[in-house]
Amino acid sequence: MKRWLTAAILAVAALSGPAWAADPAQPAAPVKIGLLVTLSGPGAVLGQQVRNGFMLALQQRDGKLGGRTADVVVADDELKPDVGVSRARRLVEGDKVAFVVGPIFSNILGAIFRPVTQGGAILISPNAGSSVYAGKQCSADFFVTSYENTQIHAVLGAYAQSKGYKRAFLMAPNYQAGKDAVAGFRSRFKGEVVAEDYVPLTTIDFQSELARIADLKPDVIFTFMPGGLGVALVKQFHQSGLAATIPFLSAFTADESTLPAEQDAAIGLYGGMTWAPNMDNPANKRFVADYLAAYHAVPGSYAMQGYDAAQLIDSALSKVGAEDGDRTKLRAALHAADFASPRGPFRFNTNGYPIQDFYVTKVAKRPDGLYETEIAEKVASQEADGFAQECPLH
Amino acid sequence: MSAGLLLVQTLDGVQLGLLLFLIAAGLTLVFGVMDVVNLAHGVQYMLGAYAAVACAGWTGSFWAALPLAAAASLALGAVLQRLVFRRLVGAGHLDQVLATFGLILLAEEGVRMVFGPAPLSLAMPPALAGTVPLFGGLRYPVYRLAVVAAALAVAALLWLAIEHTRTGMRLRAGASNAPILAALGVDVGRLFALVLAAGAMLAGFAGAIAAPIVAIEPGMGGSVLILAFVVVVLGGPGSARGAFLAALLVGLTDTLGRGLLDAALRVALDPSAARMAGPALASMLIYLLMAAVLAFRPAGLLPARGRR
Repeated sequence: MKRWLTAAILAVAALSGPAWAADPAQPAAPVKIGLLVTLSGPGAVLGQQVRNGFMLALQQRDGKLGGRTADVVVADDELKPDVGVSRARRLVEGDKVAFVVGPIFSNILGAIFRPVTQGGAILISPNAGSSVYAGKQCSADFFVTSYENTQIHAVLGAYAQSKGYKRAFLMAPNYQAGKDAVAGFRSRFKGEVVAEDYVPLTTIDFQSELARIADLKPDVIFTFMPGGLGVALVKQFHQSGLAATIPFLSAFTADESTLPAEQDAAIGLYGGMTWAPNMDNPANKRFVADYLAAYHAVPGSYAMQGYDAAQLIDSALSKVGAEDGDRTKLRAALHAADFASPRGPFRFNTNGYPIQDFYVTKVAKRPDGLYETEIAEKVASQEADGFAQECPLH
Repeated sequence: MSAGLLLVQTLDGVQLGLLLFLIAAGLTLVFGVMDVVNLAHGVQYMLGAYAAVACAGWTGSFWAALPLAAAASLALGAVLQRLVFRRLVGAGHLDQVLATFGLILLAEEGVRMVFGPAPLSLAMPPALAGTVPLFGGLRYPVYRLAVVAAALAVAALLWLAIEHTRTGMRLRAGASNAPILAALGVDVGRLFALVLAAGAMLAGFAGAIAAPIVAIEPGMGGSVLILAFVVVVLGGPGSARGAFLAALLVGLTDTLGRGLLDAALRVALDPSAARMAGPALASMLIYLLMAAVLAFRPAGLLPARGRR
C-alpha cells in the first residue's frame, strides 16, 4: 500500500515536474542562511526589526540572494547564551547553513562566536559588536554591519565636548553595558562629571534621579537606558519639566524601537547613530519607503543593519557565483562590501568591523504622525574603531 | 542635599509606597487568610496597565479607561479564582508557586502575542499634565500628586471596608485563625473568592494609574511583585494595616535611601569608592531594612491578631 502511494506521488510529481524545472538556465543550489536573533522577552523588539529588515531585502530580490534562492531558517536565542549556543549548533551542524546572521546582544555573541566560525559558517552580526572580537580575537569569518559597541557612546562624548558643555550628569543601568557606556562617553568628554549615577536594571521610577538633576543643574545629561527603562525615563523626564532647560544626549534610549511608546515626550532628544531614516540618498529612500509599506512602522537602526546583512550576502554571492565553496574568494567578496547601504559610504576594516560616518540625531514627529530620529549633525567621518590595529588579520 | 530636594524625594517615596500598598493589599490578605502564595499577583498589575491602554484607545478617554480597567481586573480575578486558585487552597506552597508561576508565563507571553513585545505608553489626561512649583526652584508633576490622592482615597475605603463592615470583620477573623472561622459556619471559600477578586482589582487599578508614568511592558509585574512580597512580610502577612505602614516604609527607604546614601558615602569615602559602593548598597537597602525588622519582630510590624 505504502509503495503504491509513493509511486502515485512520484508519478504526479513527474507529470507536474516541468512546472518547477522550467528554468534550466538556473541550476544553482539554494543558499542556506540561519537568522539567529532574540524574538522573545523584552529584547524581542530589536530581533523583530533585524528580521524584518533582512526579510525586506530578500523580498526586494524576489527571495533570492546573489541570484540564488535563499532558504532562511529563523531561530530565537531567547536572550539566553546556552539557548543561543544550542540553536547555533543546530543551524551549523544540522541545517548546514552557509551563513549565520545574528545575534542582537553581545553576551549571546560571546557564546555563539566559536560554534559558528569554527563550525564552518560565516557569522554576520547585525547588531552586537563587542570590542573583544574587534581586536586580538578577530576572525576572517566574522563581519559586523553595525558598529563597535563603545563607538556610539564615544561619539556622544565628542559631541558634548564640541558643544562646550562644562558639567555633565551621567546615568546608566548598573551592569557591564551601562559601565561601558559611561566609560565610552568619558573617553571623549573632558569636562566635569557632576554625577555618575548607576540605577538598578529593575528601576521603574526615575524621580529620585530627576530630582538630583534638578538640584545639580548640569549643562548636559548623558544616558544609556535601553528598552522599557528608556521609555520610563523619557516620559518622566518630560513630565518633570526639565526637558526645556537641559539637553539630553542618549544612546539607544529614544530610537525607533521605543519612540512609538515615548511619542511627544521624546521630541527634541539627542542620540548617536550611523544613520537615520531621513538620510537623503536613493538607497535609503527605497529602504524606508518599502519598510513602511511592508511593516507600517518607521525602521530603526536595527532594521537597517539587518537589511545590510542581507545586502552583504547578496553582493558577495553575486561576485563568487557558483564558486562559493572557495573560502578565500568568499571572504574577499564579503570584505569588499560592494553594495549601497542606506547609511551612505560603508566599508570594512581589516577586522570585519565597519569604517563609517557617525552622527548626532534628534527625535522629530513626521508629517504622517509617526516618530523618527533625524540627522542633526555629522560628528565623525569614516571613523574606524580603536581596536582594529590589534587584529592580526590584514 | 537641599531641603527642596528632600521634599521632592519624600513625595516620591510616599507615592511609590502608596502604589505598593494597593498591590500588596490583595497579596497580604490572600496569603494571610488562605495561606496561598500568589506569584501571579504582579501579572494583575501588568494586565491592569494594559487594560487601561486598551480601554483608553477604545473610549478615547483616560477617565473612562480607569474604571473599565478596574472592572476588567475584578472580572479576571474572579475567573482565575474559579479556574485556578480554588484548587490551590490547602495545597502545598510548592504547588502554589508552580501553578502561579505558570500563570505568569502564560499571561506575559499572551500579552506579548496580543500587544507585541515593544513597550507601550498611555498619555496622561491633559488636566493633570503640568507641574507645580515647590520652593528652591524645583517643580513637581501634578499627576504624581493625583496618584497620591487617588491611592490614599482607595486606602481609606479599604480601611472602612475591613474595620467597619461584617465582611471585613470575617476577613480579620480569617487572618487570625481560618479553621475556627470555618467551624463557626462562615463560608471561607466565598470569602477567599471575594478577597482574591478584590485584590486583583486593587492591583489592576494600581497598574492603570501607574500607566502614564511607567513603561508598559510584559515584564513590568516582576519588579513590583518582589517589592510587594517584601511589604507583605515586613507588615505581617494578613495585616492590611501592616501592609500600609510597610509599603510607606519601603517606598521612602527606596527613594530617599538612594539620594541620602550617595551624599553620605561621598562624605565618608573617596569619590570613586562612593560611586562603586553607592548603587550596590542602595539596591540592598530594602532588604537590609527587612532583615533588621524581622530580627526584632519576626511576625512583621503589625501582625494580624493571634499570629504574634
